[in-house]
Amino acid sequence: MSYIFIDRRKDNKNKNVVNRQKFLDRVKSRVKEAVQDAIKNGNIADILSKKRENVTVPAKDIKEPTFTHSSGGFKERVYPGNKQFTTGDRVPRPPSGEGKGREGSNSGEGEDEFSFTISRDEFLHYLFDDLELHDLIKKESLHIDEYQMKRSGFVPEGDPGRINLLRSMHNSSARRRALKTPKKKKIKLLEEEKLTLLLALELTSIPEEKSNILLRIEEIDTELSNLKRRLDNVPFIDTIDLRYHNYVKQQIPITMAVMVCILDTSGSMGEWEKEMAKRFFMLLYLFLTKNYKKIELVFVRHHTEAFEVDEEEFFNSRETGGTMVSPALTLTHNIIKDRYPLNKYNIYVTQISDGDNYRHDNEPTLDIIKNKLLPIVQQYLYIETTKNGPGMLWNEYGHNLKDYDNFSMAKIEDDNQVLPVFREVFKKR
Amino acid sequence: MNKLNLPICPSASWTPEVLDKFYIEIEKIAQEKLKLYDVYPNQMEIISSDQMLDIYTSVGLPVGYSHWSYGKQFVRESEAYKHGRMGLAYEIIINSSPCIAYLMEDNTTLLQALVISHASFGHNYYFANNYLFKQWTSPDSIIDYLVFAKKYISECEEKYGIIEVEEVLDSCHALQLYGVDKYKRPPKLSMVKEQQKQNEREENIQQQVNELWRTIPKDSQSKDNTESTKFISEPEENILYFIEKNAPMLEPWKREIIRIVRKMSQYFYPQRLTKIANEGFAVHTHHEIIHELYDQGFLTDGQMMEYYDINSAVIGQQPYHSKWFNGINPYALGFSIFKDIKRICLDPTEEDRECFTFAGCQDWISVTQDAVKNYKDESFIQQFLSPKVIRDLKLFSVVDDSSDDEMLISAIHDKKGYRHIRNVLSQSYAMSEYVPNIQVYDAKMDKDRTLILRHYINNRRLLNNTDTLDTMKHIRRLWGFNVELESVNEKNEMLVKYTVTHNTTSIDVNKK
Repeated sequence: MSYIFIDRRKDNKNKNVVNRQKFLDRVKSRVKEAVQDAIKNGNIADILSKKRENVTVPAKDIKEPTFTHSSGGFKERVYPGNKQFTTGDRVPRPPSGEGKGREGSNSGEGEDEFSFTISRDEFLHYLFDDLELHDLIKKESLHIDEYQMKRSGFVPEGDPGRINLLRSMHNSSARRRALKTPKKKKIKLLEEEKLTLLLALELTSIPEEKSNILLRIEEIDTELSNLKRRLDNVPFIDTIDLRYHNYVKQQIPITMAVMVCILDTSGSMGEWEKEMAKRFFMLLYLFLTKNYKKIELVFVRHHTEAFEVDEEEFFNSRETGGTMVSPALTLTHNIIKDRYPLNKYNIYVTQISDGDNYRHDNEPTLDIIKNKLLPIVQQYLYIETTKNGPGMLWNEYGHNLKDYDNFSMAKIEDDNQVLPVFREVFKKR
Repeated sequence: MNKLNLPICPSASWTPEVLDKFYIEIEKIAQEKLKLYDVYPNQMEIISSDQMLDIYTSVGLPVGYSHWSYGKQFVRESEAYKHGRMGLAYEIIINSSPCIAYLMEDNTTLLQALVISHASFGHNYYFANNYLFKQWTSPDSIIDYLVFAKKYISECEEKYGIIEVEEVLDSCHALQLYGVDKYKRPPKLSMVKEQQKQNEREENIQQQVNELWRTIPKDSQSKDNTESTKFISEPEENILYFIEKNAPMLEPWKREIIRIVRKMSQYFYPQRLTKIANEGFAVHTHHEIIHELYDQGFLTDGQMMEYYDINSAVIGQQPYHSKWFNGINPYALGFSIFKDIKRICLDPTEEDRECFTFAGCQDWISVTQDAVKNYKDESFIQQFLSPKVIRDLKLFSVVDDSSDDEMLISAIHDKKGYRHIRNVLSQSYAMSEYVPNIQVYDAKMDKDRTLILRHYINNRRLLNNTDTLDTMKHIRRLWGFNVELESVNEKNEMLVKYTVTHNTTSIDVNKK
């Protein structure tokens, strides 16, 4: 008969992408709710540290109905493993859902809810729904090939350092039991026989019989010592018992990005403005994590002077006084120049402000953005958080920078606008 | 011990050459010792665990149309796998010619030998020889048909929209178990013919259905006569078939989709009815072959230990009181029966001679092959379940009657109980036990075109109301007009009537 082996391991592994996506679309509203909840309730670090997000869908949403029987009526079933019943016994009916009444629910019907996790990518997909991500990423974004070792099951051969004790001992114990039990049984039988023979030897007086018995006892003794020797030879641990952890090498492409956050912390920036800024930065961070393995954050706050600070201080400190933007931009430019070589990092600069600036500072500000920052950054975002109409920067930037492809600006005027505004600025191109 | 040969591959990691050598030896044993000559050509595909998960979802088929329910299945399986609640099958087999078996790359040498014996000879022989499979499936054209179905459905998605197609599929899936001909042989499938025929059908069917309208009598006189005439003379158990052929206003492409789901359901029908015997025979086959491989020296002692470890997990049966209990393990029951057939043939007891005419005949190969060829689970158990197997598994039967507030142990594994247990167990594998018997009773074609279904009550078991109404909504979507369902008992009295219209549902209970 003809036969053939085909190696399919290199073939497509994601046959179910379409099915999975159709399923997710079917429960889209639930997934979106879960994503929104996660954003609302968690802080930046929590959300970012989670690899995946849990989604629970009520079973009725994804039920596939078919005709079924109700529970009543007459049923007779066969079960295995009787230990105490005899015919005619009467037993109380177990509460439904437990004990004997239960047939395996492989089909999954009968569950109240269906939980599953969505991957980080899917999480971000639903968060940023229909943003055109691909265009945003520098085409020649840098890949450094690195490897990581990933656990992948158990193998019977391997490095002694990777031995799995539990599995090995489990096998060893099973093997010892299997090899020893029949020998032990035989030893027991032979010893019993020997005992009866010794007794018979006492009782008999016929010499012929006596010598027969002695002969047999001798036989038994040799066999016994043979068996015992073989019993001792069953090794406690044998190479066939051993199991090792298996590791496979996996390639990890790394792309790196720097996200520079510039925040105006002058007196005119209130709590609300800062809150909006924080939300926006958070979204941007999440958005970037979708595409970059490693993201470095730089926080620059400014009033008339500019400082590089940590996250804590960035969001919590308050200053008084007026506003000058250009020192912050100069500082940003210096930081990038010193620490983030352009061939390794993609750079995103986001400036959030209420739009104030000293009039005489507008000229230098525009100059730095146009000539120093825009040529090197991936994207320069200007976000104005204001409830009182456009500030000065809005007009200046609007007039002078709108023709640059990697510059975008938007206004946040109330709480609900953060996400739409975020979408807006990234949809621009 | 004197061994004739050297082990083929003492290491657990194998190479393609190793598999090749094993295949040759396994085939030799399968043919010479087990006489498994009549099998489909074998195609064994080596796949990764990710691919195995993929295949799980598509009910083991290499191609399939896409649908959200497969996505749900995939999500469920992969979650269970990731969280360690479930291991993956070592093997999946497809009833096709050539017979495709999937071997996981993570399997050890011994496992691959086991899987080749189990799937490519055990299951393969079963597919090729069991009367149900021969009668109901077309293994040489199933793959082509799947390709056709996948292509057709994705074309429909383009033409009519994903949502629209999904709704039709949802409705068809609700009726999957009612899309099977149990007595008539479906025509052979073929992709080329299927495509031609599909075009013709599309043109013809709508005309035929319209034909029905023309037969509506115009004068009121003859109308009275038709009142008593039923649209169909005999109830039709294939509900999907009835809808495909008779739904008054259904677009042709939807009829085609119904047909696709029907064909798939028909293809799986024999597998549902032969779980015990099919798995039992496959385990029996690998058990014989692995032992023979070992006796001939092709396997090491270590590999044999590994075999016992795996096999005892496969054929383990948890007792009813165990927290792991999940029904009767088809591998355990099936294998026990086949193993016992061999024992009864070779070394019968007095008890066996009373029960089985073949006891002591020595020719266990023929008896086993007869059990493969001519039985489904129901009859297989009725014919071959021996008192010894009942004793070994300590089987007992329980009556659960809702009119009694306690349950009754009706039989245990003693002399008086064997026959009863055999009957009850056999009956529990009859399709009517788990699928309610519902058929198309009539369609009021001359009036408001209401479709009338009948549920034939068995053992006083009524329908689950929620599921029934939900399923009827799907039927309504396909049929296009109102749907009624009557639950009728053995004395032909209607007990419950369900009605689904485009915006209402109702349940009337006959209080008598």
